[in-house]
Amino acid sequence: MSRIFGGLARGIAITAAAIAAVIVFDAALHALLAQNPFGGPRPAAEPPVGGIIGWILAKQSEFYREMSGTIRAAKSDGSAVWTLLGISFAYGIFHAAGPGHGKAVISSYLVANEETARRGIVLSFASALLQALVAVAIVAVFAWLLSATARTMCSAEKAIEIASYGLIAAFGARLVWTKGGAFMRALQAKPAMAMAAAHHHDHGHVHHHHDHDHHHHDHVHSHDHSHSHGHVHDEHCGHSHGPTPDQLAGPGGWQRGLGAIFAVGLRPCSGAILVLVFSLAQGLFWAGIAATFVMGLGTAITVATIAVIAVSAKGLARRLSAGREGGGALIMRGIEFGAAGLVLLFGLGLLFGYLAAERATCL
Amino acid sequence: MYRLLGLLLLAGFVLGVAPAEAHPHVWITAKSEVVYAPDGSMTGVRHAWTFDDMFTTYALQGLETKTKGVYTREELAPLAQTNVESLKEFNFFTFAKADGKKAKFVEPVDYFLEYKDSALTLHFMLPLKAPVTSKQLALEVFDPSYFIDFKFEDSDPIKLVGAPAACKMQFQRPNDDTANAQRLNEQNFMNGDNSNYGAMFANKIMVNCP
Repeated sequence: MSRIFGGLARGIAITAAAIAAVIVFDAALHALLAQNPFGGPRPAAEPPVGGIIGWILAKQSEFYREMSGTIRAAKSDGSAVWTLLGISFAYGIFHAAGPGHGKAVISSYLVANEETARRGIVLSFASALLQALVAVAIVAVFAWLLSATARTMCSAEKAIEIASYGLIAAFGARLVWTKGGAFMRALQAKPAMAMAAAHHHDHGHVHHHHDHDHHHHDHVHSHDHSHSHGHVHDEHCGHSHGPTPDQLAGPGGWQRGLGAIFAVGLRPCSGAILVLVFSLAQGLFWAGIAATFVMGLGTAITVATIAVIAVSAKGLARRLSAGREGGGALIMRGIEFGAAGLVLLFGLGLLFGYLAAERATCL
Repeated sequence: MYRLLGLLLLAGFVLGVAPAEAHPHVWITAKSEVVYAPDGSMTGVRHAWTFDDMFTTYALQGLETKTKGVYTREELAPLAQTNVESLKEFNFFTFAKADGKKAKFVEPVDYFLEYKDSALTLHFMLPLKAPVTSKQLALEVFDPSYFIDFKFEDSDPIKLVGAPAACKMQFQRPNDDTANAQRLNEQNFMNGDNSNYGAMFANKIMVNCP
């Protein structure tokens, strides 16, 4: 029993520390990386080995390396599974805290659209869940059902990877198309935009009806609200759109949200695949599957945290620019357009190898 | 306006402007030999790379053997073939400089896999395109994208085979000291072609033959 609690308590303690630290890490991390965004074929980052990144890397490696031993131990001692889950959870949190395309795409998508923090959280969890599902499906079909070799599995991984990057690029292109139009219109008709933009934010109010705990969020929107020239808000506010008639905000937006989930979640984590194959070989496939989903949960928490920061940052930008007649809307459309462009760049960069992501396990 | 600009910059950082490598998924424990010809020229590097148990299991997935759990060299031959073919794309994670000039390797020879104590070891000889006679030879073993972590064996990590008696070998593990990491960073910054993330985790072998 003590093992059970040991594993869980460890995971929870690490998690709490990780969540608190992620915010600081991420800002620091990207401040470092931003020096050379798309400079060369390889991202050139010079963080100190012993610094924050070094620490994240060391922690990840530590947890990851403990997994194989724990799975072996679980063969004879069932309680080791709890330890495995604890480690997987911590690993997931740290894994997503490192640089990765998933959270970048999700955050950019959220900023490009009139998304709320709550939807950011939902998107993060949904894409992490899909990622875990894809990993389990690949190993279940190729390794378990077909007894395929690592080589075949690796080809499948690569194919999925290309599809995923293509999807991100296509998704980004679509965002750029709609956001570019909105940005152009904002450029042409500044005064009209100011009104319309305020109107456009109405959906936040709808959100308000079922979401009482997001005080920060409410605050941001209540400010916008003061610019909306006394519209009467009722339930169909969510459907009324401003000059950017995209279905992103409100119920219709889920279609496109689904696009984000697929674009990000389609590509499984190489680590999950390795853990699954290993647990399958040890005759504990179910433990590997459980570990994969718990890992996904950890990843989702980190990605959601970053997504919320991104949405809040945009909210802050909106608040600061709201006082500016007309120009505020222009700035907001500009930010959205820029974020949409980022999604496209991520997709193209990954697709053509200018951005190195975690590669498929092919050796 | 400046406040807004600062905020936008901050938002940009948070968004993640350059997704880079995460962390290793494969661990290799290496043991290498620097091989010299009788005339004192360096001809190549012989590696023995042992994979961690998780990757070993992954690599062996779906492999049919006569006896369960026993993998003979012959049964592993196709896998060894795949390994060296895949490694080509990554320049065999081995980078050589003779007197400051890059030396190229050709395709490996004498390669085979060995399965012992539930770990796979890949043996291969990596010949230089042309043998080099140099005062100073620098070898680096690392994965620039840091998907693979290379750690050299604790005892006898590197051996010189048939080297002239006067040659002295120096071996530097990654993270030996922070000064090393800092020097590396400056170096990376100065010449763009060498700038990569994984270089911080490089194992450096220097052979000086006066």
